[in-house]
Amino acid sequence: MINSAADYRIVIGLEVHVQLKTQTKLFCRCSTRFGQPPNSQVCPVCLGLPGALPVLNAHAIELACRAGAALNSQLADFTKWDRKNYFYPDLPKGYQTSQYDLPICSAGHVDIPIAPSVNQPESQNVYKRIRLVRAHLEEDAGKSMHDEHSGRADSKIDLNRAGTPLLEIVSEPDLSSAEEAKTFLSELRLLMVYLGISDGNMQEGSLRADANVNLHFAKEGQFIATPIVEVKNLNSFRSVERAIEFETARQYTEFLRTGLAKGQAPKQTRGWNDALGQTELQREKEEEADYRYFPCPDLVPVRLTDAQKQTAHEQSAATPSHYRMQLIDEHDLKSTDAEILIQQGKPVVEYFLHCIAAGANPKRMSAWMLQDVLRTLNDRSIGIELYPVSPKSMAQLLTAIESAKVDTSQAKQALAKLLEDPNLTVDAAIDSLGIVRVDANELESLCKELLAKNADVIDKVKAGNTKAVAALVGQAKKKNRNADPRSVQEICLKLIADMQ
Amino acid sequence: MNITPQTLSLTALGKQLRSGALTSRRLIETHLDSVQRFNPSINAIVSIDADRALAQADHWDQQFALGRSLPALAGIPIAVKDNLCTKSGTTTCGSRMLRDFHSPYDAHVIEKLHEHGAILFGKTNLDEFAMGGSTETSIFGPSHNPWDPDRTCGGSSGGSAAAVAAGLVPASLGTDTGGSIRQPAAFCGVCGLKPTYGRVSRWGLVSYASSLDVAGVFAHSVEDLAIVLQAIAGHDPRDSTCLPHEVPDYLSTIDQSSVRQTENIRSTRIGVIRDQIESPGLDEQVRRSLKDAIETYRKLGAQIVDIEMPHSKYCIATYYIIAPCEASSNLARYDGVHYGFRSKGPEASTLDRMIQQTRSEGFGPEVRRRILLGTYALSAGYYDAYYLQALRVRRLIRQDYDDAFAQVDALLGPTTPQPAFRLGEKINDPIQLYLQDLFTVGANLAGVPALSIPIAQSSDRLPIGMQLQAPPLGEAKLLAIAAAYHRSVEHQPTIPAAFQAPQS
Ligand SMILES: [Zn+2]
Repeated sequence: MINSAADYRIVIGLEVHVQLKTQTKLFCRCSTRFGQPPNSQVCPVCLGLPGALPVLNAHAIELACRAGAALNSQLADFTKWDRKNYFYPDLPKGYQTSQYDLPICSAGHVDIPIAPSVNQPESQNVYKRIRLVRAHLEEDAGKSMHDEHSGRADSKIDLNRAGTPLLEIVSEPDLSSAEEAKTFLSELRLLMVYLGISDGNMQEGSLRADANVNLHFAKEGQFIATPIVEVKNLNSFRSVERAIEFETARQYTEFLRTGLAKGQAPKQTRGWNDALGQTELQREKEEEADYRYFPCPDLVPVRLTDAQKQTAHEQSAATPSHYRMQLIDEHDLKSTDAEILIQQGKPVVEYFLHCIAAGANPKRMSAWMLQDVLRTLNDRSIGIELYPVSPKSMAQLLTAIESAKVDTSQAKQALAKLLEDPNLTVDAAIDSLGIVRVDANELESLCKELLAKNADVIDKVKAGNTKAVAALVGQAKKKNRNADPRSVQEICLKLIADMQ
Repeated sequence: MNITPQTLSLTALGKQLRSGALTSRRLIETHLDSVQRFNPSINAIVSIDADRALAQADHWDQQFALGRSLPALAGIPIAVKDNLCTKSGTTTCGSRMLRDFHSPYDAHVIEKLHEHGAILFGKTNLDEFAMGGSTETSIFGPSHNPWDPDRTCGGSSGGSAAAVAAGLVPASLGTDTGGSIRQPAAFCGVCGLKPTYGRVSRWGLVSYASSLDVAGVFAHSVEDLAIVLQAIAGHDPRDSTCLPHEVPDYLSTIDQSSVRQTENIRSTRIGVIRDQIESPGLDEQVRRSLKDAIETYRKLGAQIVDIEMPHSKYCIATYYIIAPCEASSNLARYDGVHYGFRSKGPEASTLDRMIQQTRSEGFGPEVRRRILLGTYALSAGYYDAYYLQALRVRRLIRQDYDDAFAQVDALLGPTTPQPAFRLGEKINDPIQLYLQDLFTVGANLAGVPALSIPIAQSSDRLPIGMQLQAPPLGEAKLLAIAAAYHRSVEHQPTIPAAFQAPQS
């Protein structure tokens, strides 16, 4: 019997449903568009009408293969469709067409970034490998809507979503904290979005997770596992984290109270109540539900060709990890900065890379992305594709700083002009600020004048503090607002050096 | 006009309609009258939209008058089994569950019939959801055999067979999952064709057992089977199991010239399944008729080869696992939630109870029996022993067919163990009823085309049928072999005298 805060670890496996980005449903030609009037995107097939038959959407297979390749899974040579039989009002056929024993993807793994431990240098990313059991294709069910207000428990069913293609990705129980589970889900989402497999829109339910959670208590060199609880209905990163935190605490208390280990108590299915912040018992069963899976006789098995697999591998190359490496190793970005860009999505990263390709300094560009570009996107609630300044202009602007044509604050003013009027050229934007190149002789006499008035600066510089000339920049600007700060400093230093 | 076997030939009707000797309206009116007079005694047709049929007839008559070149079935009435979805009228499957169900779409075969000019002339009675062999389990009550109203017309496409046999329509469509076209064809003395699985699209055929179901044809002659098959066969992208192969010209292969016919039949090898002909359960009159038919083929010059089908004894057991397993899942959609019958009883208080109650009240006992059988056989712990085992045996049965067709062009045998049995005789003894499928289910399990043609009458004036089976997609050869027999014995289609009574 364990009666104290004994040593234990958390064991979590996730089942993630990813909605594939197909135009039409998995087995009919109905649109998958979100947010349409109820039951406006239905046909005899997805309504389960008598005599209607399914026809496979080949694009779903293509996307599933791409996902499998990206997840390092083994793509099946031969895969088939099975019926999962159960009654539910939003399941119009009385079965879900899914894949049972021959899924399209087997095994695989996802490497998730985790916080570095104390003895590792902070700059280095640390990854944990989360193994996958499988990934299979299946059709989504409809949506039941319960009208609580009508006073007679009126239920309505919207079948727009019924038949939408889902890829169910099942992980091994390799996750050991709520944080890790959240990171896994987030990494998975990023991967699916980068590769165009899913739109990853959590609000619209494009990514939904169930978590299998239990605890392993250490006891005399062995461990005791608590009963596995399946937590359903996790539709946001936050709810995954909160639900697992709640559930581990609940199981811990429960185990201390009852001492019941796995096999001694029935398997529970609990639903996450986001409003109340707790998991609630849905089902408690001694034995597994019997879905009477059998091969769907209305569909033909799918054989994946080598060409299809080849294509899948080619189309799965541009992963977030691929871009991470490019940003950190090739362009020398700080990993934290790179991560912010990566999390913005592929188009933002591509924009950044286009700027670099057009000649922008990577580090400076990274800073501009994080400070200026992202702020504008945020302020205007637009995506990068609507950002008015082209990578070429951006690169030109940053190059102007490098060549001392403008200083940073001037460049930012020029950027503001460009954002207001996208038709403006970078040169025109800079010119419009009234910046006039100051004649070198004029600048030198200005510097001599300043040095004459600031003997203390000369002393400091002579004593080795070259940065002291910075104090002259403000004065120079006052005398001539077009005086380039860097030139002023350089000239002053040269004049002081010549004094010796 | 009076309906006689001669007025039921599709070729003859086509000629008369084109020559102006007959109008489609006249034809439809005659058949409507015939339905009115004779259908009550046989209960073959369960619903009919007379106005719509007449309107279509007028349309075709206008086209004929314009001298246009029109499709083969233009202006001709054809009845269809009530498990084929039609936009007009109801599609009931003979079940309380779908008694008022209106399909929003036409089955592929209905589209094809329309395309070829046929006029949809009523929906025909069937065993509930096509489960049965006597058309006794229908919500509309049993259909009767036109040759003896005390006897069954067979099933499950009994209404389609009886309608053709009684001359209510020249041809009809049925569906065949384990013999549901061939057995009633044999019992009613008409020709019935079950095409290769996948030759005809299942889109809009209400599924009983998806891997076995196929739509087919009833008519009075082999030529007419060919004409209707020509219309309904072909690829349909809405059915993933539908075959993409090109459809041959079936009628032209039934060569009219006797010289060519003789040549063709001389090069034909016909396999006789000894176990079937010598089966102790086979009625003596049926056995004798088949032996005569074999002699006829021998005289025509065909080579007769004895064929062993070592696994045929497992056909019934295999069929009665696979079909109920698929049915248990196919019929799960009838839950009272979205459409169809919903129990309103006090017991249907919660959702689960409503679904249970709906299915208990909406389905008849035979459908419930098969759903239970299938549900049981697919359950954890039984799946391997029943369903998987049945799939393995099914492969062996297919292998038997492959081996047989490596030696012969067609297989010959009985369609049914005996002529039509009495109504009520087997309905309470499922095993006896299931054994009626003994000779027919093999073709469904193997997916091969098969037909039944009338070859004799018993001493009770009951029709006796012969089954011919061919390799997959061998419909052309199959029809040619059957046609050769009928031509050789100068077969004359007959309809019972009671149904030929002149109009008053
Ligand atoms: Zn649809």
